[in-house]
Amino acid sequence: MLSAASALLRRDLRLALRRPGESLLGIVFFVLALSLFPLGVGASPEILARIGAGVIWVLALLAVLLGLERLWQSDHEDGSLELLLLAAAPLELLVVAKCLAHWLTSGLILAAASPLLALLMGLPGEALWALPAALLLGTPTLTLLGAIGAALLLGSRRGSVLAALLVLPLYIPVLIFGVSAVDGYVMGLGGRPQLLILAAMLLAALALAPFAIAAALRLAAE
Amino acid sequence: MARADAADGGALHRYANPLRFQRIADAVYPWVLGATAALAPIGLWWALVVAPADYQQGDAYRIIFVHVPAAWMALFTYLVLAVAAAVGLIWRHPLAEVAARAAAPIGACFTAIALLTGSIWGKPMWGTWWEWDARLTSVLILFFLYLGYIALHDAFDDVARGARAAAILAIVGVVNLPIIKFSVDWWNTLHQPATVMRLDGPRIDPAMLWPLLLMALVYKLYFVAVLLLRMRAELTGRRIANLRAAQGA
Repeated sequence: MLSAASALLRRDLRLALRRPGESLLGIVFFVLALSLFPLGVGASPEILARIGAGVIWVLALLAVLLGLERLWQSDHEDGSLELLLLAAAPLELLVVAKCLAHWLTSGLILAAASPLLALLMGLPGEALWALPAALLLGTPTLTLLGAIGAALLLGSRRGSVLAALLVLPLYIPVLIFGVSAVDGYVMGLGGRPQLLILAAMLLAALALAPFAIAAALRLAAE
Repeated sequence: MARADAADGGALHRYANPLRFQRIADAVYPWVLGATAALAPIGLWWALVVAPADYQQGDAYRIIFVHVPAAWMALFTYLVLAVAAAVGLIWRHPLAEVAARAAAPIGACFTAIALLTGSIWGKPMWGTWWEWDARLTSVLILFFLYLGYIALHDAFDDVARGARAAAILAIVGVVNLPIIKFSVDWWNTLHQPATVMRLDGPRIDPAMLWPLLLMALVYKLYFVAVLLLRMRAELTGRRIANLRAAQGA
């Protein structure tokens, strides 16, 4: 059972490594979109430091959303999704392996790149570790919730715009606590409770989302 | 046909027969509609004329009689939608799927009314049309959940596929209901906490409570009437489509 999941994880990681452009595109979007903000709102350091955490979180949300399309789409097209459904291992476990592989090539990179972005936005020193910590706890939840939306939309007529409508409302709690955790550390109030709530949301999503994703995938294969 | 269905199913499937549903709905609908039409003027008159003015807010508080029942119904309709969607998903109950889809636009309208009247009320009382307060934000999320449900439902060429995909989304969205209900208790923000549904009894004068409850009843009757109307229209539409397809073949 676990060997099937780890084989799937290795396959997805290998596929992502063979085509590094796709996962790196998310980072390019992240940095490029961020560089628009100093141009748009003016480059005064106080404003950038004040809105920095929120802007980086919103962009992380959108970067995860953009990457969701490749989570199920190619497997759905070439038929490997049907093999996953027929496999002896429970689909819910395989779904977790797929989401983990996707997160390692998207959310983890975003979190790793975030201290650099925090420097670009002139955030204070505390943000350099608080921001990646919050993103490490938050982005897996984003991937799991987004995987539900992406799986529901398999085979629909209008894909990615609708994905934003379905998924972004579910992302709002993660955004609220993610930003307030970083802001808490930046303002010297501490953000431990918010980080714990982010961790709780991750655990709840990890426990419940695989069932919704698996149901949606079974529906798509009917 | 109706007899055969009754023989093999329990109570759940007894009412899954669209023909039997149509008969019951035809009988109930005029009464519900009549009750709505009769009670709505009484409720509005009581609320807008008879009920005493608030000592602090004056007459401006009267929008409560439109705002609060709409907000209650926004939550209630989502619950109806989610339960109907779950029943449709689990037991493949055809009428439940129709009911869920029929409830969605009504619920979206209640949510829009709650947001709009809240905004109009907020301007004189809080001095702002919109405040990014926990309850306002979570009700706005509820509005988008309704829109997402409708859009996903209609995004597939195959109606049954869309209904089931949207049902999964509706069940996932139920997470938002307790967040809305308790948002004003968890986050101490601008919106006032619950005044009517409290364990220690309502904190509102009976002279204002009774018209409020009557208005809530009017909203609920209106919801049932429109739901029945929409479900009947959907079933009739499907029958026409089937007849057309049979004729074309």
